[in-house]
Amino acid sequence: MPKVYIDGTSIEVENGTTILEACEKIGVEIPTLCYLKHLNPAGSCRLCLVEVKGSRLLQTACTTPCAEGMEVTTMNQNIYNARKLVLELLLANHDDGCFSCPNNGKCDFARYCMDYDIEKSPFPRNKEFPPVDESGEFFTYDASKCILCRRCVRTCAELQCNNTYTLKGRGHETMVGLPFNQLFKTSNCVSCGNCVSVCPTGALSTKSGKKYRDWEIKKTQTTCPYCGVGCQIELHTKGNKVVGVEPLDGPANNNLLCVKGKFAYEFINHKDRLTKPMMRKGGKGSPLEEVSWDEAMSHIAEKMLAIKAESGPDSLAGFASARVTNEANYIFMKMMRAAVGTNNVDHCARLCHASTVAGLATTLGSGAMTNSISEVVDSDVILVSGSNTTETHPVIGAKMRQALLRGAKLIVAEPREIDLAKQAEIFLQIRPGTNVAFFNGMMNVVIEEDLLDKEYVENRTEGFEELKTLISEYTPEKVAEICNINAEDLRKAARLYAKAEKASIFYSMGVTQHSTGTAGVMCTSNLALLCGKIGKYGCGVNPLRGQNNVQGACDVGCLPGDYTAYQKVVNPDARAKFEKAWGVSLPDKPGLTITETIGAIESGDIRCLYVMGENPMLSDPDINHVEHALKKCEFLVVQDIFLTETAELADVVLPAGSYAETDGTFTNTERRVQLVCKAIEPVGDSREDWDIINELMDRLGYKNNFSSSSDILDELAGTSPSYGGYSFERLKKEQPQWPCPNKDHPGTPVLHIGKFSRGERAIFKPSPYIPAAELPDEEYPFVLTTGRVLYQYHTRTMTGKSEGLTNIMGTSFIEINPTDAGKLGIANSDKVKVASRRGEVTVEAHVTDKVAEGILFMPFHYKDGPANKLTNNVIDPIAKIPEYKVCAARLEKF
Amino acid sequence: MTENISNCCTDRTVLDKIAAVARNWKGRKDMLIEVLLQAQKLADNAITEDVAEVIAKEMSIPLSTVCNAVSFYAMFSTEKRGKYIIRMCKSAPCHVKGAEDVIKAFEKVLGISCGETTSDGLFTLETCECIGVCDRAPAVMINDEVYGPITPEEVINIITNYRQRREEA
Repeated sequence: MPKVYIDGTSIEVENGTTILEACEKIGVEIPTLCYLKHLNPAGSCRLCLVEVKGSRLLQTACTTPCAEGMEVTTMNQNIYNARKLVLELLLANHDDGCFSCPNNGKCDFARYCMDYDIEKSPFPRNKEFPPVDESGEFFTYDASKCILCRRCVRTCAELQCNNTYTLKGRGHETMVGLPFNQLFKTSNCVSCGNCVSVCPTGALSTKSGKKYRDWEIKKTQTTCPYCGVGCQIELHTKGNKVVGVEPLDGPANNNLLCVKGKFAYEFINHKDRLTKPMMRKGGKGSPLEEVSWDEAMSHIAEKMLAIKAESGPDSLAGFASARVTNEANYIFMKMMRAAVGTNNVDHCARLCHASTVAGLATTLGSGAMTNSISEVVDSDVILVSGSNTTETHPVIGAKMRQALLRGAKLIVAEPREIDLAKQAEIFLQIRPGTNVAFFNGMMNVVIEEDLLDKEYVENRTEGFEELKTLISEYTPEKVAEICNINAEDLRKAARLYAKAEKASIFYSMGVTQHSTGTAGVMCTSNLALLCGKIGKYGCGVNPLRGQNNVQGACDVGCLPGDYTAYQKVVNPDARAKFEKAWGVSLPDKPGLTITETIGAIESGDIRCLYVMGENPMLSDPDINHVEHALKKCEFLVVQDIFLTETAELADVVLPAGSYAETDGTFTNTERRVQLVCKAIEPVGDSREDWDIINELMDRLGYKNNFSSSSDILDELAGTSPSYGGYSFERLKKEQPQWPCPNKDHPGTPVLHIGKFSRGERAIFKPSPYIPAAELPDEEYPFVLTTGRVLYQYHTRTMTGKSEGLTNIMGTSFIEINPTDAGKLGIANSDKVKVASRRGEVTVEAHVTDKVAEGILFMPFHYKDGPANKLTNNVIDPIAKIPEYKVCAARLEKF
Repeated sequence: MTENISNCCTDRTVLDKIAAVARNWKGRKDMLIEVLLQAQKLADNAITEDVAEVIAKEMSIPLSTVCNAVSFYAMFSTEKRGKYIIRMCKSAPCHVKGAEDVIKAFEKVLGISCGETTSDGLFTLETCECIGVCDRAPAVMINDEVYGPITPEEVINIITNYRQRREEA
């Protein structure tokens, strides 16, 4: 720990601390244009020059490490002159149209020029600049405002790992730009905008940023509403309008964002937002008409109470939402259980990670990511299966690539040649639906070649003999045939994973959305346990949750068999606890899942469905069937921010406030609870979700004592062991990961250290490979698999409102291998008709090597050409998750 | 969205040859300059965008890194150049010994200005920094061959030689 003196003040710092960092610690500001916390120091702007006693020349504070006894002077005439000269040289080639610059008011360069008394550069301009690149959807690049700090180049290369920018030329001709004559539109740019966020001048600026000045806006720290990464963001609002988003240094994102988080905020103030409650006054078939809150609420309460009285509480069901806050979900679940008296509450986690919750809870005792997002950067080997991480969880994808830059090795087992596959040490292009065979094959090699962690298996697991017996059948040759891969590659992958000191598994829907989803999930934990890779830093089994608060919605009990924190409704002790806390008696039978509810509506067992913030009309499998059921539903209430496809069928529609209009918490995929803060007032007459449910509960005859969502979190913390330590007050300062049982507990970044959640030992649950329920045949010769794209999100209720995203990727498509396309006479961009046993859609063909022969891929986001008209609603027997990832299909030119 | 559509079109067989060279050095960023030099010889003395893309893909190096190197070093060009590149040294010793006059002679014989390529695609005339043969100043390099000391009068013979070589080939 060297001790240094900065302007006479002594400070002890960690080894390797730079002078700039030491100055930051004691509050001495050093001007810099190129330094950024998460980048390797470059020392390129030469503005942070300081005097170090004994050095002949001035030193750059950002690159010089502190040494014992160092005496640093941060300002004197010499330093002032040197810095001023640097600024004057930069200013010579800097466009001085500050008046119209979007960065006006927040420009670091302008501020430093002011600090160093510079109005004009004494040096002549000696550089010509290319025209402004306005080809991108969201931001522009004006080289004449660039001061060559290279923050954008380095952020793109070192953090986003996309390498879009390059430095062109040398000497005074050096310029930041894109390779050759590329424009953003023709380059590999993914529009994440992280370069824009770090640009100290107006060279890179958002297109929307030209319409407001920094001093006009209010800034609110909150959590991104898209995927499960839980990026911390700052919402910029002007009046009651959101005008921009900046990344914050959150524990999960470290100043990074993706295109959706950074730019897709147009939906918040969109003209299509629901602003008034609506009702079909003339009954089914009549149009939705605007009504007052009072009229809507009393109608809902009346109907719900009447149906309950006639057919019992189990004739009502509710779908909670992975999009809304923990507090709204908690109160929704409480309404269904305490005020209605049924356990019929579920949400779309059923459709994505129900198999994770069921599978990992069985083998390990907890159905969530075992480790933290930030650890991936330190992993030695990363195994990705069933996750197109760079598109679905872009910031985690970027962190995986950061790990690769540090020398980590990547194994990708995926049906498609996703972007990550290009950087993989081993890429195994497995057939969709063969994950179980793949993992069994990995384990076979590990056992055959004696690569298992014997001590770990002996001391911390049970069921090994059973596993060994089953696994022995899955020789690499056999698995290679099932998965259509190379046996030697499988062996290499198994060795690489097993021998690594820190190896992590990441998976997502590609593993879970199968009729054997739970078995697939258990296989991931079998492999990790076998190699002793659970309960350790940089390792683990990491299911990536797809939505901002899908983890939270599960945690707070929006599951038919669970109260908060996975306390079972069938457990009499848990039930007694909630009966006492809520002062009512509670049903002891688990309720219906989403998939079962749809069936129960058709059979007439469910008469009333309350949907909060979900869109089953696009998201559920076999939507023809869903539509039929929802149309049949006697009383359908939808509470949402837009008139979704589902809301269009509703009897009553309630306008809810978006995430920007509410206070609460989201729990991200790594179990981290983070605050959501109100940036604007609910638009129109919309109201916060929790507030709507709170009033409805009152009308249903159950009185809560909540005056804010903070009160709800307090009640949640009081009844849920793993959430015991959370309160709004604490979350403002720190965001611990659950389990966090009390207010002094620091949270749990790595689960299962020393002991598993389920007890002393984890259990192996071996599963045989069972083929997907529907395999290709003569009539339907292709395997169709579905997934997401970077530029859209779920059913597009939010991203569909972004003009830029629509321009980039606004219509549905199907990917087909060139050989298959050739046989069918299909060219790229041709319209094709795709059919399965359940329906048919017409979409555009993308002919690409990304998919293997015999395989088709479709994104599921789109209303025109909805993939879920085709998908199979056969479900996993344990988790009841549908098999979205495999169905048989045929296709022909339209 | 991110598919690159190259607006330059190098011959497919040339690209294949370059790919074969680059493939030997997958992941070897340190070999990039060497690969670029070889590629340039195969592709009309230029690293055009499509050539760079092939190299980037085969070596698993970002295109931006390839572009960075190509634009930094003077011996690389992104524009197609002649079969023979004439590099006249313009450093002090050669300058003192009359390099300027030699350049003028080249310009006159070839009918182009410094920096241009002859219409038959045979010669490109450039200047360069010291080539390390000051004892032979003024010196000129034509592809890998060094000439010097060279007088303005000799230029026509040298050029004729190259033209003949071309015809024989």
